Amino acid sequence: MTRQQAAASQQERSLRAVESPAERLTMVQAINQALKAEMERDETVLVLGEDVGRDGGVFRVTEGLLDAFGSERVMDTPLAESGIVGFSIGLAAAGFRPVAEIQFMGFLYPALNQLFAHAARMRNRSRGRTHLPMVVRMPYGGGIHPPEHHSESYEALLVNTPGLKVVVPSTPYDAKGLLASAIRDEDPVVFLEPKRIYRAFREEVPSEPYTVPIGKAKVVKTGTDLTIIAYGSMVRQALEAHDALARDGISAEVVDLRTLSPVDAGTIIESVTKTGRAVVVHEAPRTGGFGAEIVALINERALVHLKAPVERVAGYDVVFPHALLENHYLPNRERVVAAAKRALEF
Amino acid sequence: MPRKIIHQAVTERLEILDKDGRVDKTLLPDLSDDQLLTLYRMMIQMRKLDEKALNLQRQGRTGTYASLRGQEACQAGMALAMEPQDWLVPSFREHGIMTLRGIPAHLIYAFWKGDERGDLFPEGVNCLPPSIPVGSQLLHAAGVGMALKLRQAAAVAVGFAGDGASSEGDFHEALNFAGIFQTQTVFLIQNNQWAISVPFKRQTAADSIAQKAHAYGIQGIQVDGNDVLAVYAAAKEAVDRARSGGGPTLVEALTYRMENHTTADDAIRYRPAEELLYWRERDPIDRMRKFLVSRKLWNDKKEVALAEEAAAAIEAEVERLEAMPAPSPVEMFETMYAQMPWNLQEQRDEMAREVGR
Repeated sequence: MTRQQAAASQQERSLRAVESPAERLTMVQAINQALKAEMERDETVLVLGEDVGRDGGVFRVTEGLLDAFGSERVMDTPLAESGIVGFSIGLAAAGFRPVAEIQFMGFLYPALNQLFAHAARMRNRSRGRTHLPMVVRMPYGGGIHPPEHHSESYEALLVNTPGLKVVVPSTPYDAKGLLASAIRDEDPVVFLEPKRIYRAFREEVPSEPYTVPIGKAKVVKTGTDLTIIAYGSMVRQALEAHDALARDGISAEVVDLRTLSPVDAGTIIESVTKTGRAVVVHEAPRTGGFGAEIVALINERALVHLKAPVERVAGYDVVFPHALLENHYLPNRERVVAAAKRALEF
Repeated sequence: MPRKIIHQAVTERLEILDKDGRVDKTLLPDLSDDQLLTLYRMMIQMRKLDEKALNLQRQGRTGTYASLRGQEACQAGMALAMEPQDWLVPSFREHGIMTLRGIPAHLIYAFWKGDERGDLFPEGVNCLPPSIPVGSQLLHAAGVGMALKLRQAAAVAVGFAGDGASSEGDFHEALNFAGIFQTQTVFLIQNNQWAISVPFKRQTAADSIAQKAHAYGIQGIQVDGNDVLAVYAAAKEAVDRARSGGGPTLVEALTYRMENHTTADDAIRYRPAEELLYWRERDPIDRMRKFLVSRKLWNDKKEVALAEEAAAAIEAEVERLEAMPAPSPVEMFETMYAQMPWNLQEQRDEMAREVGR
């Protein structure tokens, strides 16, 4: 953790003024705590997926749950993504709150029919009579040097599907609070976990349950010269860029979206109205990516305040490269700084 | 080391009532005269429902419609085997059994008219809305069956699909999940032998769908799907087994789609006419009528009275359909989420201004 981030983290802790005991946790541990707490709080909460039981999940996110809650509430399923999501739909329709794990977002495709054709539509199709309080959580994104299909971030597909909510935490604290909100939500929530930062840093996380609201972005750095808008692991690149820009005397505001659907337009527009410049950062491919939606929102609602075109820093429109080239694909501090300077020098 | 046989299985086919109304008394299920008459009444009601639906479509009063003609025994037999607390997980040709489970016919017609309010079922009816992506709903039936098991409920989930669905991956995943978790689920596959224009022999090289149960470690049986007594007997055995914790069952009801796939289809392009004649002689309603007459439970007078009663009931439902006020366009925003997000609120308001509401 850089000195600046440590300072930021310190500032966050004091801002929260949390009374309850807190531990310094990784995102994996924070998510695990959220699952445990929600399962204790509500006996209809179930966890299911590949390797989530005995193994505790390939990233250990579900570690200890099987022992704590038993095999009826923590189900190791067959290796079948459509099955996991479709089975969860049935469980949710009949009164449970399943939290399904898809092992990697790159393996979500077989389940998209269940997610798009049913999970997203059931409340509307039944005109409100049947709803699906379910969460489909999965590690997503690059940066861990895995084989093919383990690095994808196709959140734009999900955001373009009415009926779903899409949540992406960028810190352990938010991960715990947002997952609690997702599990308590009455509608299907896709919970994307940026696996690159599963264990990248720790922060203080209250031991007791709490929620972070879905649909609310967070201004993680206030600034005046431009707004950097990011989510997931890209928030770290945005913060690094913020620090680099600060050394050049540039004051960047950093907005962590935290929820992509429904996106918090108010926070984005308020920030861009103030700064007049924006850089949107995501690691998913550029064309048709979620950044385009943010740019469109800004154009619709803050055009007269803009001093420069909104910049996009995104993954390239290529198949996600294997380990040796992935660092060339993923947006980094330098690319964000360069985009910020283009906006500033326009 | 010799080669060893690790699995051997047999798959049964059950027939009780033949096309001439004769029964195998040794297999006859234990049904009262009233129950026998109920099965017949159910089938007549479904046929009236279906005939009216086709008329309404031809007259332009509803939209594209998928007929269930020929499959009445499959749906009546299962309906009688089910208890009120059981769950129906239908595909799009199950509106017959849906009405038998308490969903009024005007809602069925509304659905086929293109009115989502047709899927707003009365409280107390455990039925998911019809699923159109073929086979996908079977996973929901497995999941509901799991929920019932976890809750130790004396209830079962009955998932419906057709022969085409047996080719889908979700068919495999659903039976696999149901088998592994021993869910309280019954899968009723109405093999009507045609998936639009593709015949059953193009869905599988296997002799039957029922035999696939063996591969999932669950029970499977084929029944004559035009024999309401056989369907009932197999369905009852299956739901009783699931209810008592004995595991899921795959029931294949071999039947025939007497109509086009939907009203947008023209089956003459691909189906031999002789086939239709063969199956017309095996009509599920005719053979049950012959049986009831032979048992002195039925006669022409009762037939006329039932036909009039069923027709009057359907006419009343058509009146209810046509008395439904037009849906408000802004309704499309109302049931997307428990709480409407800001973007939908904006879009709803925009539409409300456009339509002047």
